[in-house]
Amino acid sequence: MGGVMFQNINKMLLMVIGAVVLYVLLKIMITTGVINPYWQRVLFYSLIVTIGALGLGVIYGFTGQFSLGHAAFVGLGAYSAGYFSKTFGQYGGLSFIGALLVGMVFAGLMGFLIGVPVLRLKSDYLGIATLGFGFIVKVALDNADKIIPELGGARGMVGTPQVANLEWLFFTALIVIVLTRNFIFSTYGRACTSIREDETAADMIGVNTFKTKLMAFTFGCALAGLGGGLYAHTYPFICPGDFYFLQSFDYLIVVVLGGLGSMTGTVVTAIGWAFLLEGLRFVLGPQFVDFRGVIYALILIITILVRRQGIFGGKEFGFLVPQVRREKPDAALRG
Amino acid sequence: MESFIQQVINGLQLGLMYALIALGYTMVYGTIGLINFAHGDVFMIGAFVGYLGYSSWGLPWPVAIIVSMAVCAALGVVIERIAYRPLRYAPKIAALISAIGVSFFLEYGSSLKFIFGPDYRVVQRPFRSITWNLGGVSITNIQVVIMAVVIIFLLFLLFLVFKTKIGAAMRTVSFDHDAARLMGVDVDKTISFTFAIGSALAAVGGVLYAIAYPQIYPFMGIMPGLKAFTAAVLGGIGQIPGAVLGSLIMGQVETMTAAYISSQLRDAIAFAILILVLLIRPSGILGRSQQEKI
Repeated sequence: MGGVMFQNINKMLLMVIGAVVLYVLLKIMITTGVINPYWQRVLFYSLIVTIGALGLGVIYGFTGQFSLGHAAFVGLGAYSAGYFSKTFGQYGGLSFIGALLVGMVFAGLMGFLIGVPVLRLKSDYLGIATLGFGFIVKVALDNADKIIPELGGARGMVGTPQVANLEWLFFTALIVIVLTRNFIFSTYGRACTSIREDETAADMIGVNTFKTKLMAFTFGCALAGLGGGLYAHTYPFICPGDFYFLQSFDYLIVVVLGGLGSMTGTVVTAIGWAFLLEGLRFVLGPQFVDFRGVIYALILIITILVRRQGIFGGKEFGFLVPQVRREKPDAALRG
Repeated sequence: MESFIQQVINGLQLGLMYALIALGYTMVYGTIGLINFAHGDVFMIGAFVGYLGYSSWGLPWPVAIIVSMAVCAALGVVIERIAYRPLRYAPKIAALISAIGVSFFLEYGSSLKFIFGPDYRVVQRPFRSITWNLGGVSITNIQVVIMAVVIIFLLFLLFLVFKTKIGAAMRTVSFDHDAARLMGVDVDKTISFTFAIGSALAAVGGVLYAIAYPQIYPFMGIMPGLKAFTAAVLGGIGQIPGAVLGSLIMGQVETMTAAYISSQLRDAIAFAILILVLLIRPSGILGRSQQEKI
């Protein structure tokens, strides 16, 4: 027993050291200009996508609830957090934390409110209902300036303080990864997985399926809102078109290509995906840049044909799996 | 009152066009349970080929429609063969991602300069627009042509599905692939045929759409595709009458919202109605509710 505890602490220590080393490395590369401002933006975007995609990972990858409207929640988070910052922006870092919380809570609340009716639907019908919700949010944001002029409506919102930097994005992403990991491996997370595997069976062994689905959906949408809040403070201009159904497809692509039910897959794919899209622009050069979309499409098709279970296919890096305190039978006998 | 009837006719035109696209979605969903996101882009290809047919290649427009149908039918079969068949018995989401990939491929591929090019094109109509005035309600010959063509194809499809051998095979496959095989149905061939028919109908829809709303561009298929799919879900996906009913409702809702409330709210109200209908009837208006088997 003591050995296991020691191992756990060891593992955590390694994780913390790994994270700090990675951060220092990125920081040095940015300050020395190895990562130029252009790639820095790509890096920031990839971290935002990671956070949002982990949210969809919980909803779809672990709970099996098909959502085609994830970007709408990112947008709700971005707009609410941006509005908060524009109103209370003079208080510096504290107001930024406040804005992120507002984005998270607002998107989570909307997820809860829409989840109550639509989570009764199953598979594709749920997907279409959430897709529809995404369209409704887009129209609402397009016309939001009629009620709150600061939101800018279809013309987009400007003037949000650009306070997000590497530290904010990196450590928020890190916290979200740990938070998601703890959620997945908690009793609630196990209940979510049981619903994904078989909802009827989960119901029979006493899982309150509706409540659990609603919880996972709210949690995932809150993460989307957090990603949105960061987005609004990373890019000086946001418009409703940034959070449309094509962006929802992007999140879905990241989660599915990473492998459903794999946090590792989601994180790696989110970062790889963002860099692939920009990298293609770079590799193809101005002459062939028109082919970017076609090549991206081909990569997408070929990847899913070759790895239908996703790149990581439900597997995790070891450090993302908490040590299970399960003693071997012979150890128990000896103990 | 006249203006209301006018809106009903406009809505009918839009709804019938959605129906042509929705049928392809619903037949594919019925046979392999896949939301074929590339279907809207097949519709786009249909519009381009049809337009090029009667403008650049100098074909008479009914022939252009037939050429466009043939091209799209072949395209649909090829897409199914390459991108969906290897994933047919994989988790459904894998094929869905593949469909999104195909959709991007068709959109970005068409945008290439040596294919169709990325620009919007204004379409020259193959015949002059004539407007008749019937007691305050105006009807154009374009509307008459569209309605006639759509209704002919709908009747043809109903005949095909319910009165022919291949139609029986399609209905069998939509129930159960294994059982269909046991009955001697060639499942692969039937699915290919379903894609061919669905894509050909989308091509007709594309050409008519280009004639009715004279503008085409490589991304034109996305919104009509999604709307038509939504209409198919609204009516009860997998059901041919459901797709038509859903499309007609969708056309009316959109036209009425644009006419009497606000054209900006068109999408929002259409989708809000979809969500409400799904909450009351989770498998659509005409959909059969499936009993959960344990």
